[in-house]
Amino acid sequence: MSQNAWNFLFIGLSFAAYIFIAIRSRAGSTKEYYTAGGGVSPLTNGMATAADWMSAATFISMAGSLSISGYDGSRFLMGWTGGFVLLTVLMVPFLRKFGKATVPDFVGDRYYSQTARLVAVICAIFICLTYIMGQMRGVGIVFAQLFGIEIWLGVIIGGSIVFFYAGLGGMKGITYTQVAQYTVMAFAYTLPAVFIAMTLTGNVIPQLGFIGDYQGADGSVPFLEKLNNINTELGFAQYTDGSLSTIDMFCITAALMCGTAGLPHVIVRFFTVKDVKAVRKSAYWTLSFIAVIYLTAPTVGSFARVNLIEKLHDTSYADAPQWMKDFETTGQLAWVDKNNDGKIQYFGKGKSESKKDNAVFAGKTPSFNGSGDEAERGDHGQRLVKNEIATNNPNELWFGADMMVMASPHMGNTPKWVIALLMAGCIAAALSTAAGLLLVLSTAISHDLMKKIIKPDLTDKEEMRWARIASFGALVVGSFFAINPPSEFVAKTVAFAFGLAASSFFPTLLMGIFFKRINKYGGISGMVCGISFTLLYIIYFQFGLPGLGKGTPADYLFGISPEGIGTIGMLLNFAVAFIVSHFTPATPKHIKELVENIRFPRAAPGEAESAPVNH
Amino acid sequence: MSKLPTEQAKRDYWSQSIKWVLILLSIWFLASFGCGILFRTWLDENFPKIGNAPFGFWMAQQGSIIIFVLILIAYANVMARLDKNLER
Repeated sequence: MSQNAWNFLFIGLSFAAYIFIAIRSRAGSTKEYYTAGGGVSPLTNGMATAADWMSAATFISMAGSLSISGYDGSRFLMGWTGGFVLLTVLMVPFLRKFGKATVPDFVGDRYYSQTARLVAVICAIFICLTYIMGQMRGVGIVFAQLFGIEIWLGVIIGGSIVFFYAGLGGMKGITYTQVAQYTVMAFAYTLPAVFIAMTLTGNVIPQLGFIGDYQGADGSVPFLEKLNNINTELGFAQYTDGSLSTIDMFCITAALMCGTAGLPHVIVRFFTVKDVKAVRKSAYWTLSFIAVIYLTAPTVGSFARVNLIEKLHDTSYADAPQWMKDFETTGQLAWVDKNNDGKIQYFGKGKSESKKDNAVFAGKTPSFNGSGDEAERGDHGQRLVKNEIATNNPNELWFGADMMVMASPHMGNTPKWVIALLMAGCIAAALSTAAGLLLVLSTAISHDLMKKIIKPDLTDKEEMRWARIASFGALVVGSFFAINPPSEFVAKTVAFAFGLAASSFFPTLLMGIFFKRINKYGGISGMVCGISFTLLYIIYFQFGLPGLGKGTPADYLFGISPEGIGTIGMLLNFAVAFIVSHFTPATPKHIKELVENIRFPRAAPGEAESAPVNH
Repeated sequence: MSKLPTEQAKRDYWSQSIKWVLILLSIWFLASFGCGILFRTWLDENFPKIGNAPFGFWMAQQGSIIIFVLILIAYANVMARLDKNLER
């Protein structure tokens, strides 16, 4: 059976399963649409949350980023898991006790103000849109890979599928689909790693191979030592050393963690279980399921790096493996024969004249002349790039971080069905997160904006219609940015969403629960200052601001890159909220009682048990 | 139906929960920011290796995640016990 046949079989089967589940459990009422009716078991919800959480960025790009940046990539590993500790001990049990359907709902009630609700809605829309761009691009990459088409077409195909089943199923449909998607993802991610670990290190368990020995042609050496040696030989930094400054590393990790705890689409997942106790259980299930993939990612990244260099460096293009040419076709890899020897050379910054730059060409991504059969080819049959060639360094090989996970099973000569499974897993990852985000976006607009602010007499049916219209609009915007990405890697685009969440929702929710003294003036001004500061900083360094131009890394505040600035935005939010609250009237008594009430998991006798979600 | 918890019991419950949250968050901070970032270089040089991986590097890429899972299991159990005490 050919690779394509296997791919279609696996992806077709998984799609059939998702659509079957989505149709079986589609939402009939807004309650089911928003929170699946509120009776999902902790284990089921844990699996669904894990799938919701592990985005295309995690699945496709994270191992690639790890493999390129070595230790520096740990910020993603710690940030995206450690955030769950914050989320669980500081947020979700209390928000679940509060018993409303959305995050802006809590903000609006706790800060007793429609303005606060509106600010929260705007923050939610901003965060989810930033995040969904990364997902849509992920979908595009997988489809591009699969059908050998350009990424933009892949984005459009993927977008249509997501809309079909997320808009239809609501939270109820999404939850049960995500359980299936998690299962596919977990196998798809770990199985190739097992195969590669066996060939590279002779160990069945990738995590043990990672800290074990490399079995090469010339005997066995510690695997990480082997990797460090390859890196330094080619002019890269040691794999186990980082290049980010400690403060930048600290701030990025903190922004990712606090952002995780403030992401509306993760928080609402915990509104689907029965009570506070179930929330806590569900949280550790979630993190355990996530850990399965996160503990594997560093092994996939490091194995792929060794394989890539061993297979490509100093190999002539004619002898290069087929997968390299496949990735060249999709534009995820490019080779420029700078020294005209017909061989591929891959070098790090240490080998360049300036010691700072190992760019193959000018610009971030290659643009090619012609595609498909019309592609212009060089002397050795390679695709020619239009970009100006950088001549200050000998590096000839460019590849996107996005291709590492996809390429790793090819590199390790794993069976064809494993590669097909991986494809199905990538699609599952992107679909599940995009679906969760779409849900939050659509509820933010239909419930928080239309029902609670603009038109309180909206009927249940009209609200659902608004939700579906909103999810369509969100997809169109998300796809547009996925086709014209404002940032290099999927993972990086997503990192900005975390900065925005860390500087807005995280501090506002935290203060709402733990500090009764914070009143509406403090809450609103904190949120506005936090998110606008972070947003402006990111825009200034990514796109440039009118009148100010575009910032360079030399201008970074305390040396913190835009990825980590959410941490400063968060501190700003806290500071502004405390100062403003100090000088404005105290929080009213009924709000203090509300806060008091959410701190205790059980309702007092005579009071209604916190029914999930009343509107 | 269980008795209404007294105001005192409620205050105790809340201060106990805060205490546990702070304990668990200090472990969280030490495992990630501490071992994985702030003291990593020192730990890499002075601590025994995990397999062939330097200690700080291993904590950043594997150890911290395992500890996070354990923290959440501990949290669920501790809070379940506190809830029970409050209801008694």
